[in-house]
Amino acid sequence: MSVIIILLGASLLVAIFFLAAFIWSVRNGQFEDDFSPAHRILFEIKPTETGCKSGNACSNTNCKSRICNQH
Amino acid sequence: MPTLPLITISAPFDTHHCLPVALPVVLPKSFIMATISAAPDTKLQCAHCGEDCPDKKISLGDKNFCCEGCKLVYEILNENDLCDYYTLNANPGQAQRIPVRKDKFAFLDDKKIQQQLIQFQDDTQTHLTFYIPHIHCSSCLWLLENLHRLDGGVQRVTVNFAKKEALIIFRQQETSLRHIAETLTSIGYEPYISLQDLRQQKPRIQKGLIYRLGVAGFCFANIMLLSFPEYFSHYGYADEKMNHIFRWLNLTLSLPVFFYSAQVFYRSAWGGLKSGFLNIDLPIVLAIIVTFIRSLTDVLTDTGGGYFDSMTGIVFFMLVGRILQDKTYQGLSFDRDYTAYFPIAITVLKDGQQVPTALPDIKTNDTLLIHNQELIPADGILVKGNAIIDYSFVTGEAVPVQKNAGEIVYAGGKQLEGNIEILTIKEVAQSYLTSLWNREELKTPKEKQPSFIHLLSRYFTWVVLSIAVITATYWWAHDPSRIWPAVTAVLIVACPCALLLAASFTNGHILRILSRHHLYLRNADAIERLADVDHIVFDKTGTLTGKATASISYQGMPLTKEKLWAIGSLAAQSTHPLSKMIASFCGKDESLPIRNFRSIAANGISGWVQYNFIQLGNAAFTGTSSKVHTDGSTVYVTIDGQQTGCFIVRHHYREGIAALLGHLRKKYALSLLSGDNDAEAAYLQEIMGPSASLHFAQQPVDKLGYVLSLQKQGRRVLMIGDGLNDAGALKQSDVGISLTENSNNFTPASDGILEADQMIQLPRFIRICRNNKRIIILTFIISLLYNIIGLFFAVQGILSPLTAAILMPASSISIVLLTYGLSEWMDRA
Repeated sequence: MSVIIILLGASLLVAIFFLAAFIWSVRNGQFEDDFSPAHRILFEIKPTETGCKSGNACSNTNCKSRICNQH
Repeated sequence: MPTLPLITISAPFDTHHCLPVALPVVLPKSFIMATISAAPDTKLQCAHCGEDCPDKKISLGDKNFCCEGCKLVYEILNENDLCDYYTLNANPGQAQRIPVRKDKFAFLDDKKIQQQLIQFQDDTQTHLTFYIPHIHCSSCLWLLENLHRLDGGVQRVTVNFAKKEALIIFRQQETSLRHIAETLTSIGYEPYISLQDLRQQKPRIQKGLIYRLGVAGFCFANIMLLSFPEYFSHYGYADEKMNHIFRWLNLTLSLPVFFYSAQVFYRSAWGGLKSGFLNIDLPIVLAIIVTFIRSLTDVLTDTGGGYFDSMTGIVFFMLVGRILQDKTYQGLSFDRDYTAYFPIAITVLKDGQQVPTALPDIKTNDTLLIHNQELIPADGILVKGNAIIDYSFVTGEAVPVQKNAGEIVYAGGKQLEGNIEILTIKEVAQSYLTSLWNREELKTPKEKQPSFIHLLSRYFTWVVLSIAVITATYWWAHDPSRIWPAVTAVLIVACPCALLLAASFTNGHILRILSRHHLYLRNADAIERLADVDHIVFDKTGTLTGKATASISYQGMPLTKEKLWAIGSLAAQSTHPLSKMIASFCGKDESLPIRNFRSIAANGISGWVQYNFIQLGNAAFTGTSSKVHTDGSTVYVTIDGQQTGCFIVRHHYREGIAALLGHLRKKYALSLLSGDNDAEAAYLQEIMGPSASLHFAQQPVDKLGYVLSLQKQGRRVLMIGDGLNDAGALKQSDVGISLTENSNNFTPASDGILEADQMIQLPRFIRICRNNKRIIILTFIISLLYNIIGLFFAVQGILSPLTAAILMPASSISIVLLTYGLSEWMDRA
């Protein structure tokens, strides 16, 4: 039956680990704002330069260069 | 001069109601009858804020704007390549029609004020949080977090959407607090900085309760798991040695629940005991302690496994209920007093210098410079400038008053035209408006009617105690060894936790249902008080009437377009709100010359427009002999001394108000408290019913006094208002609900915040609150069935842990489901 005792200890340890994770996440403020993180991850970071950087393969939609192939 | 055909206006008018629409005369086309609020024929939406554009005058490319402000924001974003703002959401902006004064944030250069706002600062970085009321969608989030593209000194912005706050980290060498505030304002996100922010921290969510819940959940689940061998030990699956280990493990796991998680209930019970009030937590604490001691002795004497699972389970469920019930609306504040409305600082003139000074530092005999559109923070004497002060904020009176040098102006008024200087005669805290908050009535907390749940739990406790005594006597006579197990089992089973669960879960659901309909109540107590209301008091301006909309109509001799323009051009010279409305009603011709313009306060205006002498004003001023009785404000017109007609301006009552009041007056006593004059009294009396009492020209103190006098008569008062002038009455009444046009607006301290267009649903809200009590009682009765089954075993002293372990979660879960189902069903019905 000693095997059960080992398992018991292991299962309790796992449970305690999850409890600790829960407390950490509350303390970390993860439940305070459920809107921003969910939307923030969807925002694209677009190149902000308006100049042409990559010559022929320019994919900058804001590119204002006159010699760019895009135009 | 061409003569105009005269339309006689005698027959269709009775004494009170002047409805020009009912005129039995076919009117010529030039006889315009329209409302200002009516939408233009072709709908043009502003690309920034989505509101209707009056014309195509303000545009950029194919984009139209409603005002220069909106266009400016668009240009700034466009230049900085931030137009994704408009692609994430349609029309995410806010109308920018009222420009923000240029030096509004000059006070942020003041070191002392800065220190109060800044959270953290080292050699390079500064951290601070701004409250930005306009935050409402993902576009806002995106734009604010890209603020560094507009201001290079900003390192990072993190938006907390729920709180509508932005944490800004910036390098103070490269930018300044003031510059950031001005940048935010320039893109339509004006931070709101108030005196209240300086004084107190915002309430945070109670994390403690959530930790307690986590611990209770962990222990409860594991105890349940470890108890399984015990449950089946009677059926021959027992292993003595293992059972022993499981029991001790259970005991260990129950300790954090007993000593940590359940503390909430001990505290509340002890608090009740100290103030001599037996609340529902007391019998619950008793049951928890009895269960723990009984289980402890069971394990120590090796006679059984105890009821640790039931005890931890009930604590867990009760904590869940409490958290649901205490749900807070982080974006809303129910505790605003005057300080939230006042600016944080004001310009003080000292030896010819303009010094921004924080409000609490203003002394008597300081000279304050009040800018256009700024609030007057303290009572004072007008020294310089032309004061036209809008007191609607304080009194509800819609028409601004003109003050001359030497007259006293009161705190809370808003200066409408140009800058003025005032000499303070009272400090901010002692001023007329602010002193309202220092009244004794408002300082002492309301004497709360204890909830019926506590009363019910008291009866319940007595019944349980008598059952316990009877059981004890019975076993004392028959088998004294079973007294202990039987009595403790009775106390365990009969804990009124079912009642508490029913109450907290139902309250939580009802709060959620109400918030779905845009009524946000401060707490669960307010539900019960709202259900018991029997007298409803309304404010007029801003509550029964909408804030901005008013309808205007003209009656009298028909006017040519040129004549209308002439009147409009004259009216445009004046800042009086009636003149402004007439001006936008008539339209104007910029090229018309206006000579000899005269404005006589409280009477009217006159002037030569081209070749006509036009007078606009009251009957005496214009020399009108035939007065027209209307339910609104009337402005008479004479052209070249000839009586032409009049404009009638009516405040628009909110849609459905008449029906709402007609419905309410059957069940409740109604009152009206208006700061305005009694011009519309007859109409109001008609829609509110003959028994309603109407009071006009009410000062904030009068409103408070009226509510107090009703309460002295034993009335339970619901007050519905919107402005600072209602704040005292809102706070004093049993339930105060403040209306808001949108939830970004500021509302005075109250028990609930209601979105204005939902007010017509008021009877429904009250009905929902009444049903709240019924649902609680019904679920409680059902849970009593479980208790009776449990008691059946308990009095015999044969309550096995298994029976307890089945009964407890079964009753808890069925209560949760029932309250949820019933409240949803009731909302639909």
